[in-house]
Amino acid sequence: MARVVVDVMLKPEILDPQGQAVQRALPRLGFQGISDVRQGKRFELEVDGPVDEAALARIHEMAETFLANTVIEDFVVKVEESEDSEPAVGAK
Amino acid sequence: MTLDTVKHAEQTAEAEQPWKELGLKEDEYARIREILGRRPTGAELAMYSVMWSEHCSYKSSKVHLKQFGEKVPDNDAMLVGIGENAGVVDVGQGYAVTFKVESHNHPSYIEPYQGAATGVGGIVRDILAMGARPVAVVDPLRFGAADHPDTKRVLPGVVAGIGGYGNCLGLPNIGGEVVFDPCYQGNPLVNAGCIGVMKHEDIHLAKASGTGNKVILYGARTGGDGIGGVSVLASETFESTGPAKRPAVQVGDPFQEKLLIECTLEIFGEKLVAGIQDLGGAGLSCATSELASAGSGGMRVDLDTVPLRDSSLSPEEILMSESQERMCAVVEPDKVDRFMEICEKWDVIATVIGEVTEGERLEIFWHGEQIVDVPPRTVAHEGPVYHRPFARPSWQDALQADDANKLARPANSAELKEQILKLVASPNQASKAWITDQYDRFVQGNTILAQPEDAGMVRVDEESNLGVAMATDGNGRYAKLDPYAGAQLALAESYRNVAASGAKPLAISNCLNFGSPEDPDVMWQFAEATRGLADGCLQLGTPVTGGNVSLYNQTGETAIHPTPVVAVLGVIDDVTRRTPIAFKEEGQLLYLLGETHEEFGGSAWSQVVHDHLGGLPPKVDLERERLLAEILISASRDGMIDAAHDLSDGGLIQAVVESCLRGGVGARLVVPDTLSTGGSATGDAFTFLLSESAGRAVVSVPRSEELRFTDMCGARGLPVTRIGVVDGDAVEVQGQFQLSLEELRTAHTGTIPELFA
Repeated sequence: MARVVVDVMLKPEILDPQGQAVQRALPRLGFQGISDVRQGKRFELEVDGPVDEAALARIHEMAETFLANTVIEDFVVKVEESEDSEPAVGAK
Repeated sequence: MTLDTVKHAEQTAEAEQPWKELGLKEDEYARIREILGRRPTGAELAMYSVMWSEHCSYKSSKVHLKQFGEKVPDNDAMLVGIGENAGVVDVGQGYAVTFKVESHNHPSYIEPYQGAATGVGGIVRDILAMGARPVAVVDPLRFGAADHPDTKRVLPGVVAGIGGYGNCLGLPNIGGEVVFDPCYQGNPLVNAGCIGVMKHEDIHLAKASGTGNKVILYGARTGGDGIGGVSVLASETFESTGPAKRPAVQVGDPFQEKLLIECTLEIFGEKLVAGIQDLGGAGLSCATSELASAGSGGMRVDLDTVPLRDSSLSPEEILMSESQERMCAVVEPDKVDRFMEICEKWDVIATVIGEVTEGERLEIFWHGEQIVDVPPRTVAHEGPVYHRPFARPSWQDALQADDANKLARPANSAELKEQILKLVASPNQASKAWITDQYDRFVQGNTILAQPEDAGMVRVDEESNLGVAMATDGNGRYAKLDPYAGAQLALAESYRNVAASGAKPLAISNCLNFGSPEDPDVMWQFAEATRGLADGCLQLGTPVTGGNVSLYNQTGETAIHPTPVVAVLGVIDDVTRRTPIAFKEEGQLLYLLGETHEEFGGSAWSQVVHDHLGGLPPKVDLERERLLAEILISASRDGMIDAAHDLSDGGLIQAVVESCLRGGVGARLVVPDTLSTGGSATGDAFTFLLSESAGRAVVSVPRSEELRFTDMCGARGLPVTRIGVVDGDAVEVQGQFQLSLEELRTAHTGTIPELFA
């Protein structure tokens, strides 16, 4: 099993009201020194079978037509190396 | 890159400039050079190109729109007319109402959610800029075929965008329409209307007067949104196969807009502004040139003081940016501090970007160097004017000769019943509750009527119960058959809808959606429709207060149906007297007002049953519309009727079904022996139920009021026919068929959710 990550961000010229709201909240909460915040979304796709060119092309198409709204968003597709060993248990 | 200053432009007179890419024609570019006596700088070219685009300059439509200012009926209500951000009418008790409809068609096709959302935001700022508090919005929408896959992309996005933005602002959405037709497939129409209320003394105008007054830009920061959006988006036809030239779509922030509204109203309350303008299409180019040309002096702007979201923007881009939620005010120097305090309180960024100057130039500087030096009127108002050729289309005669009255009619009662069931379930006639339920219709607690009522109505004064009503209508099928009559029918229907709710129609606004003005066929449709509307308004005594034109709604050679959308605003002294559409009390009598003729051209029946468009639209009789309206208003005021529903597409049966379903009670109808047809009676059930003759309404009359009501109609010469009674739990047409309310409800309410939910 391999994981492919699709990161979707609003294009740089597009207004990001959510990011702005976060940025405005930061100093109120005592976090100084952040001049801008942009918020995006991340999709983690568990792929059945090998992540070959065909699979990536498919994911690319998926991202272009469904995961991202390419009129206002950009996306990046990244393959994460699969971990053959036991899945790491997150520290709680 | 070197800055293209005025000095630089003088020195490099022959430099190549991208006027063509910016949508200017060769002679337009030549004229700019002539006005300036040199080549324009990059910033000047940006301003002229965007302000001289079809969308901003109305260069193709202007010569026809003049009629709205020439054929003006006597009407005391008009306080501010065409030319300002929006018209203003007097509604009595010291109140004034401003209202307007605008198109956001092309952006909503590219990005349905944000396109529709920013459409709402834009019209709300227009209303705000007049000094009014926005109190309600309406949205007339047109989409392609209901079952087309792309409609499933566009419609839910548009509806969510309107709901998302409007609901966040806390504005009730009280009306509008949703119409499907394949002609809108690549060109959906997203029109947005808004109503605002103020006291007479609070009216504000867009002008910059008083040398030394400060120009303040406030609201959101300026980013790269919609750069060139106005000229590229609104003025060029989409190439169906062309490469994706994706423009930067504007994204709105309704919470920022809400702050802007409250902040601006507080500023108005303290009388701090001398002039004000919202920033919409063409952004700062439009706001500075319009403010400066409306005032007495000139204006100087330091563009580098504009707060930016993206510091890499060039001066040209800043001038063209269509970032949302911005306003521009002109403020006397000693009031600037207080202005800034209020903005700070509302967390709204405000910056002095310039001042009103002596002289008559608009001068813009970038870090001290002059990049714009123009006479502002040449940018804002003295753009090109085209007398585009127009001619009656060669196919118009054949279209009108293809008579819908000759289409095969139902052979028997069973077939009639089947066709009616199909009609009330067809996407255009079906309940739009799935759509309007996504809008907040009752927020603020002043909504008296909202969809699916004939008109939306809001209370203006909580003490006196003064209210205003608004309806929007525009039947593109009628207008295709005859644009002159079609525009008048849109006016008549909207007028009738307002009157049916009990309000007195006062004035209109319009949104004229057409194909390419470079096509003489389309230009003829436009010329005919504007002539029809202007003549109609003169006759009905309802002046045009303003409006909007959207051209180039076409894909390739195929234009949309001419779609003049008319919004009529009415006033009602006491909203508790309003007339709803719902039949409620069993035993009440149903009367049909007006005359029924065999009129099926452009009808819903011809579309649903025969997929046909041909013949002539229903005959227009505006004197009859006026009489009908007077009767409906009097009857409402004097409590003679408990329900009224105007008859339009789908005819009598559609209206009766809607009124029955709304009230949860049935009706028994009798086909009159002789319809009031002024002589050409057919008396048959088909015409009675499905004809779309104009100037008609159905009313529900309590038995105790019957005599008084029919006497009034008789005395004033309005044909009136008793057609049945409110009764039972089915719609029954005696001797023909019976449809249970349950069966009708399933058919009527199931269609839209099935397609889009």
